[in-house]
Amino acid sequence: MSRRESAGLARAVRRYALGMVHRANASHIGSSLSIADVLAVLYGEVLRVDPARPDWPDRDRFVLSKGHAAAALYAVLAECGFFPKPWLDTYCRDGGRLPGHATSHGIPGVEVSTGSLGHGLPVACGMALAGLRDRRPYRVFVLLGDGECDEGSVWEAALFAPHHRLDNLVVIVDANGIQSFGPIREVLDLEPLADKWRAFGWAVREIDGHDHREIADVLGQVPLEPGKPTAVIARTVKGKGVSFMEHQLAWHYRAPDAAQLAQALAELEAAP
Amino acid sequence: MRTAFVETLVRLARRDERIWLLTGDLGYSVLEGFAREFPGRFVNAGVAEQNLTGVAAGLALSGKIVFTYSIANFPTLRCLEHLRNDVCHHRANVKVVAVGGGLAYGSQGYTHFGVEDLAVMRAMPYMTVVAPGDPIEARLATEAIAQTDGPCYLRLGKAGEPVVHRTTPAFRLGKAIGLRDGTDATLIATGAALKPAADAAELLDRQGVFVRVLSMPTVKPLDEAAVCAAARETGLVGVVEEHGPIGGLADAVARCLAGHDGAPVCSFCVDTEALLARGEVGSQAYLATQSGLSPEAIRDRVLEELAAHAPARRRVKNAC
Repeated sequence: MSRRESAGLARAVRRYALGMVHRANASHIGSSLSIADVLAVLYGEVLRVDPARPDWPDRDRFVLSKGHAAAALYAVLAECGFFPKPWLDTYCRDGGRLPGHATSHGIPGVEVSTGSLGHGLPVACGMALAGLRDRRPYRVFVLLGDGECDEGSVWEAALFAPHHRLDNLVVIVDANGIQSFGPIREVLDLEPLADKWRAFGWAVREIDGHDHREIADVLGQVPLEPGKPTAVIARTVKGKGVSFMEHQLAWHYRAPDAAQLAQALAELEAAP
Repeated sequence: MRTAFVETLVRLARRDERIWLLTGDLGYSVLEGFAREFPGRFVNAGVAEQNLTGVAAGLALSGKIVFTYSIANFPTLRCLEHLRNDVCHHRANVKVVAVGGGLAYGSQGYTHFGVEDLAVMRAMPYMTVVAPGDPIEARLATEAIAQTDGPCYLRLGKAGEPVVHRTTPAFRLGKAIGLRDGTDATLIATGAALKPAADAAELLDRQGVFVRVLSMPTVKPLDEAAVCAAARETGLVGVVEEHGPIGGLADAVARCLAGHDGAPVCSFCVDTEALLARGEVGSQAYLATQSGLSPEAIRDRVLEELAAHAPARRRVKNAC
């Protein structure tokens, strides 16, 4: 796939996701907005994928473990040409193809169906292990939520990957600091999160998850250490890019009405 | 049975390099042969069944045929949602192998009994559910599931099970295996219950009651034709399984026959709550006997049911 300017791609992802969630009166827009920049850099600059050959055996794999942010994933895939953009209009709609949690069924480019948290990293470990033992060149990128790191299965897999030296595996934690009921530090504190991954044997880097240059720099260098899987803690803002959604728990649940959608889109257009 | 399984798997793995074996840190003195011969296709994932199952799905989505191996409920219930979402939802080519199905772990206690597994595995979409009745069936079932695309559950006993089949039977997933024919009733058995069912038929034969015995290694999909034929031709159908009363083979058989004007179905199973209430420790044989799964208990209940259902038998013979 040709390289693509990531700022424009991120703007498109946010625009589509907002429209989809508005039309469907769906939820999780804040989670989609917090990963839009990471997705844009991944699909614009990092992933070796080909929309014309979604099953290409040596493609890089991307697993959205926080499957509730599916709107952003569908948007970036459609924008990159994996499937027709009109499919986006069917998100969460009767008779549609795209459920609120990511599905791989009949959706080119979605590697794994996710939605229940704590599933993506184990599956990604299996893909990475297959690639390593078969000496295939592909990498496996998996995007977790920070609240998702409450799940024990995340840490089972976090033990597994360094033990098996899966340096073709990259975890990105979308650390937006908010989970379903409130701030992570109040619900179940994860800090020091980077130290935890480091202690499990990962090569760890903390970045600003909205700074495209930083994201591209770190993801362009993986593996950060040979023989180790990489964990990137991407510090992000839930609802990023829409002033009245930023840092607001409520936008884990609410859908923008017509006026809010118009304001959100106007802010996106006005952003540098 | 576990020896029959692993020897078969090693043989299959020599011919098919897609075959992998993952264990949740169990199988000491059982799996070493595979691990030695195929170190690149063997993984001990540690005591972490959720990750084990997710890794298996990821490998399968990368083109592998993946066997996961552990005891009783660990590769099934412990990581059930990973089976449901990662394996079944993707129709991933993962074969879940549990040793210690039913009461095989006897004196080890309830944590190690697999008496809800058939129910739960039957409920999983696309899952083929297989419980071989002796080491020969274990070998044939292992070969069959390796050649079948998609999720499968293989429920094994442990070690030292008696060989029931005198010769190697024709084995197809979804097909019953006739062990003996009879006209007065049918006993359908799965897993470790095959031997006591066969022995019960032998006892009944001595009393002039001729009982058909069907081995039903495949619990799902059910061989409905064989079940209906049994109901039509012999009337009373008894289902024998080392499994709790809900959701096992008896339920599958009853559901099948309910669509055919109701035949009497008699369930020989483990009353799990009664077992727990008794609070007794014991071997597999002891606990099975306490649950009414000895050949003598099966014989006695078949005789009682035949007496009770005499009118119904005539009706069913005209149904189906």
